[in-house]
Amino acid sequence: MNLSLELMLQLCIILPLITTLGIVATGRNPNLREGVTISAALLVFYFVINLYHGLQQGEHISVHWGQILPGLQLSFTIEALGMIFALIASFLWFITTIYSIGYMRSHHEKNQTRFYCCFAIAIGCVMGIAFADNLFTLFIFYEVLTLSTYPLVTHAGTEKAKKGGRIYLGILLSTSIVFFLLAIVSTWFVAGTLNFKPGGIFGPEPNIMLVSVILVLFVFGIGKAAIMPFHRWLPAAMVAPTPVSSLLHAVAVVKAGVFTVLKVCVFIFGIDLLDKLSSTQFLLYLAGATVLLASLVAMRQDNLKARLAYSTVSQLGYITLGALLASTSGVIGSSMHIATHAFGKITLFFCAGAILVAAHKSKISEMGGLGRQMPITMVAFFIASLSIIGVPPAGGTWSKWYLLMGTMEAEQWILMAVLMISSLLNIVYLLPIPIRAFFPANMTSAGDLTIKEAPLPSLIALCITCVTCIVLFAYPQPLYELATSIMGTPGVVHGQ
Amino acid sequence: MLVQHLPVLQVIVPLMAAPACLMLRRSSLAWLFSLIVSGTTFLISAVLLQQVMTSGTIIYELGGWSAPWGIEYRIDELNSYLLLIISAISTVILLAAHTSIEKEIPKDRHTFFYVLYLLSLAGMLGIVATGDAFNVFVFLEISSLSAYSLISLGKDRRSLWASYQYLIMGTIGATFILIGIGLMYQMTGTLNMEDLAKRLPEVAHTRTVFAAFAFFIVGVCLKLALFPLHLWMPNAYAYAPSIVTAFFAATSTKVAIYLLIRFTFSIFGLSFSFTTLPLQTIFLTLGLLGIFSASIAAIYQKNVKHLLAYSSVAQIGYMIVGYSISTTAGLMATLLHLFNHALMKGALFLALGAVMFRIGSTQLRDFQGLGRQMPITMAAIVVGGLSLIGVPLTVGFISKWYLVLAAIENGWWPIAALILLGSLLAIVYVWRIVEAAYFKEPSIDREPIKEAPLTFLVPVWILVTANIYFGVDTRLSVQVAQAASQSLFGVSP
Repeated sequence: MNLSLELMLQLCIILPLITTLGIVATGRNPNLREGVTISAALLVFYFVINLYHGLQQGEHISVHWGQILPGLQLSFTIEALGMIFALIASFLWFITTIYSIGYMRSHHEKNQTRFYCCFAIAIGCVMGIAFADNLFTLFIFYEVLTLSTYPLVTHAGTEKAKKGGRIYLGILLSTSIVFFLLAIVSTWFVAGTLNFKPGGIFGPEPNIMLVSVILVLFVFGIGKAAIMPFHRWLPAAMVAPTPVSSLLHAVAVVKAGVFTVLKVCVFIFGIDLLDKLSSTQFLLYLAGATVLLASLVAMRQDNLKARLAYSTVSQLGYITLGALLASTSGVIGSSMHIATHAFGKITLFFCAGAILVAAHKSKISEMGGLGRQMPITMVAFFIASLSIIGVPPAGGTWSKWYLLMGTMEAEQWILMAVLMISSLLNIVYLLPIPIRAFFPANMTSAGDLTIKEAPLPSLIALCITCVTCIVLFAYPQPLYELATSIMGTPGVVHGQ
Repeated sequence: MLVQHLPVLQVIVPLMAAPACLMLRRSSLAWLFSLIVSGTTFLISAVLLQQVMTSGTIIYELGGWSAPWGIEYRIDELNSYLLLIISAISTVILLAAHTSIEKEIPKDRHTFFYVLYLLSLAGMLGIVATGDAFNVFVFLEISSLSAYSLISLGKDRRSLWASYQYLIMGTIGATFILIGIGLMYQMTGTLNMEDLAKRLPEVAHTRTVFAAFAFFIVGVCLKLALFPLHLWMPNAYAYAPSIVTAFFAATSTKVAIYLLIRFTFSIFGLSFSFTTLPLQTIFLTLGLLGIFSASIAAIYQKNVKHLLAYSSVAQIGYMIVGYSISTTAGLMATLLHLFNHALMKGALFLALGAVMFRIGSTQLRDFQGLGRQMPITMAAIVVGGLSLIGVPLTVGFISKWYLVLAAIENGWWPIAALILLGSLLAIVYVWRIVEAAYFKEPSIDREPIKEAPLTFLVPVWILVTANIYFGVDTRLSVQVAQAASQSLFGVSP
């Protein structure tokens, strides 16, 4: 194919949306329908790879779709941070679709056509967020993402799903309308522009008080980053089918949140200004508190998905914290953590789904001894846990390394301690699960031999993401390069 | 030749067509005739807007008598914008009328319905087009009287009571307006708006003018259902025939807001209304109270028509808040919301008409399972609801953006936050409809129902598409609203 990079950029956003038509049209034939999704996913991934090469060669690609309000355009561009996000999301869309085939069919889920449609729309929105050139464009896709994932959260249609959906939509829409939108309008009022610009857009002498308040509005308003006290939607969203929890609520939606936080910190405020704001310290402690508290709550969850959800809240706290540290290493660590946590957490969710489908178990206390029947799943779970904890040989090591360096650079010793304690807590709440699975407390009870590994597509998917965790450890170079180039755009060289 | 008479044709065509319609005995003929008439007014208003935007205000002297002796029609940006909204919405809603009234109005009254509809349309267009204060009152009565009768045509016997309530309140309002205009005439000796604007400052300090102002404002506020003068509205909207509700919800309150803007900005002037008199504080408070109290009331309604009627009261609150900011930006936000709200409520009430047509009720509990049984209609309600909440890519977002921006520009940070908080309540009441329709199984004793007929779906989706289209391509609405608010402030664009 010989498409221009501009066209590819647009197709990344449009193609998933068009795919919904294909999915609806082929709804009667499940194999064909999933074929459509997979080919779209592959194409989008191919486009993103091409764009990545374009970015490496220093090409400047941007697209304008015309303006909605005077001065507020829908426009897209590529830049390193967005590229990390787009690469992850498009790759994992493909993997998750494979996983879903195994999961949704053996779980006999209804309304699968609607499921795949909403999924595709959500991915289109994620691409829009990743490539957005200004806050306005980003906000539009951010909101549509919330709405398009609502039917996925409430997929089961039960009373519980309805409740979960209420919390999900309630918190995400409320925070985004009351805080995020207010922050955006204020930014527009103060700065006169919403375009992302390295070093920030507030100019050299902004009103520190006002801008500090705007920062608080942003951090609270980006509810998808799940900073306490606005984190409740994430556990509530766990009523969704597991593929949704894994791709959207471990990767796409939550990463859209922290991605936005990072983007705002680096390209709206700029880390130099961030350092001067009076609210930054407060928000840093809030992020630190989120990290610790969510870990503590995670320890008390017996439902595996709920535990993973709280773990996600905690890990998202890391990224927000890194963004607010206002240091180069912090930003590098945060952006790398977007990637490493994505692969780690999606593997864990894939495993949780596999256990649910194969063994019909969702409670951790019932999972003792499962290692014998589901060895592959449990090994994958173990490795992914290591990645979340941040120890070799998994990718999470690097991101946590840089985050720690970031806290040192910023001389935030308390936060450094928070990160280290939280890593210990990660061990406490994640590792016992695979350990118990292989070495149950009560060896004789590990009986039920009818349990087998999950369906093949699901198994393949979780193996791929698990291997990626290791690859990210052994070969972090490309990711690191992307992460460092976020700050080092031509002409503006920061720190180090 | 004809083009220069367009300002008056705009009003004359529907006014003359109404009695003519009476001669058409067949319901479908009367419908077709009304549709053509309404379509004509739409075309005229489009041409007028085009002319005003390119070559400025159009002045038309009725019968060649020049003002202030004769009656003058003045079409500037503001009028032509309003004329376009009213005639466009009226035409789209009429598309569905034939099907809708079949079930809601007895056959022998169909012709009356169209006659009254056209009269009401003529009245509203007249109020907006005229440049004469007394003419305003005349057209106000034409549109109001036909409105009372239209509401009483409802199938539910409570519609008589609702119409009576509206009659009493509306008449008080109209009387107050008449007293206000009378006092103005007494002090200035003129009824022409331009002339009034010139002569009022000389006598602005007199008690009589204060009284005139007070009477007029209270009268208009009754008409526009500003909290706490909104009590007539929910019942009137809920028990009127669906088409009537959709038509009035989208247009009639807009006309009242037009009057408010016209009289305070163009005639009494900004400094009199907002500096000499504490209109700003009063309207800001009432607007905010309206937003919150009506939104909360909407949450507890069991009938979806009631729910949306209360939501209308809340939305009027937003317009009044924007108005009370009394800057170009604030007024522009109000004018944008005028347009956008017409689109939202038109779409929503018309979709409710489709529901009414199929299940004969708009009770929330009867919405159970409609998500599956009437997917296209319900999808329209969802999009309309999202627009009401103010989700990006819908018109609701555009209004909200400008309103919040106007508040911030004026330094009113808490107000900006309150405006946004108010839209959270919209999420709650909109989602009650969504959950009823999508999460509950239909009750077993209900007959299986089909999707609404195309005659409903087409107009509903025209309005829904407009909700999205004007949320993305805002050139028309923003440009005109900007030009109108700038000219009201006397700023050359």
